[in-house]
Amino acid sequence: MKDEVTREDRVANLKGMGCSRKRVEDARFTQGKGNYVDDVKLPGMLHGDFVRSPYAHARIKSINIDAAMALPGVTAVLTAKDLEPLGLHWMPTLAGDKQMVLADGKVLFQGQEVAFVVAADRYVAADAVELVEVEYEELEVLVDPFKALQSDVSLREDTLDADGKAADGAHGPRKHPNHIFKWEAGDEAATDQVMDSAEVVATEEMYYHRTHPCPLETCGSVASMDKVNGKLTLWGTFQAPHVVRTVASLLSGIEEHNIRVIAPDIGGGFGNKVGVYPGYICSIVASIVTGLPVKWVEDRMENLMSTAFARDYWMKGKISATKDGKITGLHCHVTADHGAFDACADPTKFPAGFMNICTGSYDIPVAYLGVDGVYTNKAPGGVSYRCSFRVTEAVYFIERMIEVLAIKLNMDPAELRSKNFIKKDQFPYQAALGWEYDSGDYQTAWDKALEAVDYKGLRAEQAQRVEDFKAGKTRKLMGIGLTFFTEIVGAGPVKNCDILGMGMFDSCEIRIHPTGSAVARLGTISQGQGHATTFAQILATEVGLPADSITIEEGDTDTAPYGLGTYGSRSTPVAGAATAMAGRKIRAKAQMIAAYLLEVHDDDVEFDVDRFVVKGAPERFKTMKEIAYAAYNQAIPGLEPGLEAVSYYDPPNMTYPFGAYVCVMDIDVDTGVPEIRRFYALDDCGTRINPMVIDGQIHGGLTEALAVALGQEIAYDDQGNVKTGTLMDFFLPTAWEVPNYETDFTVTPSPHHPIGAKGVGESPHVGGVPCFSNAVQDAFRPFGNTHTNMPHDHWRIWQTANDLGLHD
Amino acid sequence: MIPAEFEYYRPASMEDVIALLEEHGDDARVMAGGHSLIPMMKLRMADIPHLIDLQGIDGLANITVENGKVTLGAMVTQHNIIGSDALTSAVPILREAALQIADPQVRYMGTIGGNVANGDPGNDMPGLMQCLNAEFHLIGPDGERTVEARDFYEAAYMTDREDEEVLTGISFDAPSGGYAYEKQKRKIGDYATAAAAVQMTKVDGVVATASIAMTNLSDVPVWSEATADALIGTDCNEGAVKAAIQAMLGDIDPTEDNRGPVAFKRHAAGIVLGRAIARAWSRT
Ligand SMILES: Cc1cc2nc3c(=O)[nH]c(=O)nc-3n(C[C@H](O)[C@H](O)[C@H](O)COP(=O)(O)OP(=O)(O)OC[C@H]3O[C@@H](n4cnc5c(N)ncnc54)[C@H](O)[C@@H]3O)c2cc1C
Repeated sequence: MKDEVTREDRVANLKGMGCSRKRVEDARFTQGKGNYVDDVKLPGMLHGDFVRSPYAHARIKSINIDAAMALPGVTAVLTAKDLEPLGLHWMPTLAGDKQMVLADGKVLFQGQEVAFVVAADRYVAADAVELVEVEYEELEVLVDPFKALQSDVSLREDTLDADGKAADGAHGPRKHPNHIFKWEAGDEAATDQVMDSAEVVATEEMYYHRTHPCPLETCGSVASMDKVNGKLTLWGTFQAPHVVRTVASLLSGIEEHNIRVIAPDIGGGFGNKVGVYPGYICSIVASIVTGLPVKWVEDRMENLMSTAFARDYWMKGKISATKDGKITGLHCHVTADHGAFDACADPTKFPAGFMNICTGSYDIPVAYLGVDGVYTNKAPGGVSYRCSFRVTEAVYFIERMIEVLAIKLNMDPAELRSKNFIKKDQFPYQAALGWEYDSGDYQTAWDKALEAVDYKGLRAEQAQRVEDFKAGKTRKLMGIGLTFFTEIVGAGPVKNCDILGMGMFDSCEIRIHPTGSAVARLGTISQGQGHATTFAQILATEVGLPADSITIEEGDTDTAPYGLGTYGSRSTPVAGAATAMAGRKIRAKAQMIAAYLLEVHDDDVEFDVDRFVVKGAPERFKTMKEIAYAAYNQAIPGLEPGLEAVSYYDPPNMTYPFGAYVCVMDIDVDTGVPEIRRFYALDDCGTRINPMVIDGQIHGGLTEALAVALGQEIAYDDQGNVKTGTLMDFFLPTAWEVPNYETDFTVTPSPHHPIGAKGVGESPHVGGVPCFSNAVQDAFRPFGNTHTNMPHDHWRIWQTANDLGLHD
Repeated sequence: MIPAEFEYYRPASMEDVIALLEEHGDDARVMAGGHSLIPMMKLRMADIPHLIDLQGIDGLANITVENGKVTLGAMVTQHNIIGSDALTSAVPILREAALQIADPQVRYMGTIGGNVANGDPGNDMPGLMQCLNAEFHLIGPDGERTVEARDFYEAAYMTDREDEEVLTGISFDAPSGGYAYEKQKRKIGDYATAAAAVQMTKVDGVVATASIAMTNLSDVPVWSEATADALIGTDCNEGAVKAAIQAMLGDIDPTEDNRGPVAFKRHAAGIVLGRAIARAWSRT
């Protein structure tokens, strides 16, 4: 007997939105069948490698390439002099500044690219690097942005006017030769006024240290210039392949249709692969010069030392409140260390990214933010490491300020948060620093989180622990880290977000094949997010074909529609919306086809899971598979054959995912070793497309948060030498250091997104960093700690304990 | 991370190894597991034109425990140590220490011989070998000789071994009594912020013998007789442990690095030693 196929069966068969469909990418990744840039091997391919500066600041007196050129197998050694005639010795950065491709007269950070060696063999290239003789004259090194703003030494002579004064930059006037920009949001006068008359004001200075996204796969490219047909093909680690194509065209003069950019599998990006690096340019130039394909793949040290760093924000905060804890105002000033070139990857109008989300999840009536960007002798960057533009910095700032205020008020920090949340009925909420939050239900999420961890019980246990510690019964303190965060993701509306003038829409193009399977191509590019899995689920639900019958393709600019790429959790909010909208176009046409086939009026059929049914007569239907076949094989009056759609989506607003995190930590005050006992993460990312993928994203983001909070940093000595250039010193947690995460959720859909989804890949990092940090700080709160800077590695935790007299 | 060009040899006999070492002198180096040497070569901190792999030589990877005497061939891996029942019952501290070295992948390759011959102050085995009063057996153009672990280390990467000599094995008397290897590190795969190896025996309720060595707290491992002396004859009470820690602090000389400043390292060394003593005492 044949079982009846129920509606539930049909839904399950689609593997559409809401189900934990297994990741389709994993088969190839777990079997070593991925195809990364370094896997690209072309006939005759040459290999490039950089001569890099050992100094953080030096003038280049001479470069002698004779010995290197004499080494058998060496094809070319490029220096700035060779690139200059092409106008490629400098390149524009995404932040409106420019950056040396190869050192033009001087070097400004350790590890800077000085010359590009091209050889037949990767080993020969490395040997030739050693043979290039560069004579340097060391200059005074500036690693402290505050000192840089006082110094007589101008790091960037190219940014001065004829009188040697700081010429205006891309973001307006500059007050000092080493000053890059001042960016402001909010109302400073009104904020000051509130502060002056406030009942309580808490202030704090905090340094959010420099770190690095450190994707497992480093950056690289393979350029292949075909001199016969004039086409340039460029494979590379690109989080935004179309942007790379456009920039490459503008820089090289090669027409855009003659450039094909391919981002194959990418082994993690986390913001590190948004920008354009000298290696990409050099591989292109070398291929044009030699007529052969040229590969450049950096090693781990090069990745850590020279490609885009993250954070490095010196933040000064002031928060005012009434005596009973109602926040009245917030003031924030940031001194932003951008290194030698301003190579932040931010939308053009936002040189400090979305730092102006720093009022957080709280109803703060007035606020002010001022950010000063500064040049120093460090590597360029300032990218959003697993976060939307500078949102980790913003959330860390406000979540620390809340804790500092709670200490000042002698109030429980959970209660202080509750008291100040933006309320459910205030959405859409207009924040003091300019953003309109789309939706939220913070109190519900917060209460759920506190109850899940038994917050009251934890506080009681902590109080007992303090007693025991004072009585000499234990040397371990207990910290409870709290965080309530709001992200701002999905850049973004073209009206205020662009990169190098290109509006930040995104796209999806769908072709349904006659047999009812499909291919969809998007302007985004997965680097581990699982787009091939989740976007197929969106489409399955929208068009009624099984996700398993839908191929998702990204990353080849010859086939994918134009899009701005993947970073800032923008893929689901923007390209995901485009996917749904394109799916709806398919469905609209399918409806007409179904009505024709069923011989009824268009309005008399309705969509049901995987078919159109005649209203009121569910036994009369046409499945999407049948409709697809008919679309190609039956002449339908008034309709073109085929079933295809394309959608370019310009979102009306950002989306605002949020979450409530709690971390419980035990800290050995003698060794400074923290032990994470519990980590609870509640995320609200709106509509949930694939709960398993969401969990995976949360685990990953939390682990990177743990890294940053507890030890991961790019540290320099006072001569600008990188002290953390290998994974021995740069902390990348393993399974051993990572706790068992408990995940939870609420669902508050985005009202303006076609499927209500908000994006989730970065939330755990944004919320995780302050949560881990707050746990450490909270452990020491009973002994007088208000704030200590991250990273909380063993010795710094020990130092905090020591400063508080806990070793006496 | 690409090494300079080198010639690779895989001789089948020790005579051939020594002949190659004599021929190329300072330009040659033997390789065991390669997990200290190859990273140095890839970072171009070591330029070794002639690399002599010891994997082809038979008889260098034996473990024997006989009549209270323990002998380890130089090519015994850290993984072999962890997996050897004979060693675990005769010298449990060896397994306890080996499990705290690097990660499983490194331990599959890294050898005890490489670990002690390397001369890196971060290596864990040299201090432990001093604690166990081991002897290192070397062979060279002039034949075989034996050096005590406690006399072997001169400075960072400088040992008593001559360039043409090869370490063939290690031997020591199986210890008795309580033991502990205590190590503080930042993460899996990290060298010690501070580590302590403690062996001790108890007679009539007090410490009869003790041997203590510290790791990564000076440019050589620190075997501290004064520290042991402070414990002998005591019941490891608080005062005795404090005195032992004081004595140890007099012998170490840590330097600042990314693991922290000197004051922290000295404090951590004291804590680590105190814990090692407590655990060893509890096992006597
Ligand atoms: C990520 C990582 C983490 C690590 N963490 C630790 C740690 O926490 N603690 C620790 O102790 N070690 C650690 N190590 C080092 C590891 O244990 C090495 O394997 C060990 O130090 C050297 O052993 P090897 O067999 O690999 O020696 P090799 O690398 O082959 O050789 C090391 C040196 O010893 C010399 N040598 C080797 N064998 C002989 C011999 N028989 N005679 C004479 N000279 C010889 C070589 O010429 C070379 O100079 C780590 C290594 C890595 C890669």
